[in-house]
Amino acid sequence: MLIAKVNNSVYLGERFDFQIILNMIRENSKVLDLGCGDGELLRILKEHKNVRGVGIENDERMIYACVSKGVTVEHADIDEGLPDFPDKFFDYCILNFTLQETKKPKKVIHEALRVGDEVIVSFPNFAYYVVRFSIGILGKTPRTKALPYHWDETPNLHYFTIKDFIEFCDRENISIVDYKGFTDSKIIFFYPNFFAEKAVFLLTKK
Amino acid sequence: MVIELVKEDVFGESSPLGLRETKFFTFDSLHLESGEVLSPVTIAYETYGELNNQKDNAILICHALTGDAHAAGISKETGKLGWWEIMIGPGKPFDTNKYFVICSNVIGGCKGSTGPGSINPNTGKHYGMSFPVVTIRDMVNAQAKLIDHLGIERLFCVAGGSMGGMQVLQWVYSYPERVKTAIPIATTLRHTAQQIAFNEVGRRAIMNDPDWMGGDYYGITFPANGLAVARMIGHITYMSDLSMKEKFGRKLRNKEKFGYDFEAEFEVEQYLKYRGETFVHRFDANSYLYITKAIDYFDLGDNKDLIKKFYNLKTKFLVISYSHDWLYPPYQSREIVKVLKYAWVDVTYCEISSTYGHDAFLIKNQEQEHLVTHFLNNAYSKGE
Repeated sequence: MLIAKVNNSVYLGERFDFQIILNMIRENSKVLDLGCGDGELLRILKEHKNVRGVGIENDERMIYACVSKGVTVEHADIDEGLPDFPDKFFDYCILNFTLQETKKPKKVIHEALRVGDEVIVSFPNFAYYVVRFSIGILGKTPRTKALPYHWDETPNLHYFTIKDFIEFCDRENISIVDYKGFTDSKIIFFYPNFFAEKAVFLLTKK
Repeated sequence: MVIELVKEDVFGESSPLGLRETKFFTFDSLHLESGEVLSPVTIAYETYGELNNQKDNAILICHALTGDAHAAGISKETGKLGWWEIMIGPGKPFDTNKYFVICSNVIGGCKGSTGPGSINPNTGKHYGMSFPVVTIRDMVNAQAKLIDHLGIERLFCVAGGSMGGMQVLQWVYSYPERVKTAIPIATTLRHTAQQIAFNEVGRRAIMNDPDWMGGDYYGITFPANGLAVARMIGHITYMSDLSMKEKFGRKLRNKEKFGYDFEAEFEVEQYLKYRGETFVHRFDANSYLYITKAIDYFDLGDNKDLIKKFYNLKTKFLVISYSHDWLYPPYQSREIVKVLKYAWVDVTYCEISSTYGHDAFLIKNQEQEHLVTHFLNNAYSKGE
């Protein structure tokens, strides 16, 4: 499976998500990173996989960070859709910890599937056992490494779980090529909806 | 980096580039888009920094409607600072320690390049309205002759805002292999009805001034009133609702109460009056007509054709717009980005939030400096 191949990869510091995504992407492919932040993932993909990458970012300060790195970036709001891109323009669209911050996740996913052959989505798993403990036992909104914010200042608009997302894909007629739950340093094979802090999915249109 | 001494001068301005003198280059003739031939043609230009041995560090700066070749340093002639002093100089985004920066006055202008105020060699008189109508493409073709003359095969960068941005786009269109990177700022692929409308009001103000005399006013009179009104309209479109509110509000000038008359009593009225009055001392009314016409004619082409034309173009773009620019609104910059993206051209786009309007690109701002500095650094270090 594409995602499981994390051996013999470059060390990318704390960002295990970057490593997983790096291993999913073919050399010389065309990549659109939706909500690319400071452009670090695109920089890594360009360096190691020679991708032709473009980022879209809504936060003006992040644009400056991207430009400093030489990452090609466009200042736009992905909630508005991607009307400027023709169908199947990219090999991959990446939504790396972006989807939960969008206003219209369904629209964003469908747009990503329209302009990209495959879509990579990662998100914090809201059914992670630490999160369950925080809500179920402590009675508090969880604050974890993947969900570091207080409830009143979080950019996250949607909280969902691996199970939710699988159901969503089924409902929306999206086929899941592969998915994995993971933590900061390893892939979780055993009951990921409980033991995985985060998840990454590889999707295509049915 | 060597920090040059800031050179003070008699004019009270200071610039690390010191005093600059405008140079001139004259060539035989230029075939214009209209079919006419302009001959001879003189281009006024200034340069800053040194051209390296490989001749791969040249940057061409294109000026806007009322700009000139004097982009940086202190003018020997007028004692004024260059119009883009904030961006050009040692250690600045267009770093003269590193790059060879060129700025030339457009043809049709009145700052040393051939224009309606020049003498027609065939008649010995000022061209006036017999000067042929020029376009942005003509301006760029003339600049290309200057670049040839300077011995430069390929420009590292062409940059400019507003009409300067149109020239940037035209450069890439006309000479794609001669432009490595392009920075069009606050500009558009084509002039819209609203933009043409504002220009037309300005032109009518000039042409309806009795002192315009069909354009043959040289040495006799000057349509100062008309040109001042044109400039006032222009200035309104360069500012934003917010910047005017912040700068003037409803403040009255030198008085507490309304005069109940028609003197210019609001701050904003005084400001526009001042802008109009000072402008007429430095700009030729006929040039205003010709250059606004060139801008109005500007249309790089249909999006579909442009995508074909630009497909896989190697030039790298940095497109910048300003959030409160309503003369060349961000959507027009996004249109440029869209065309380039479809053509698989490497393009970075940023809409800088600023309370200033269209003229924001002429006002010192860290965001623009940062974007240009890093964009050029990355492109320059990569070589090719």
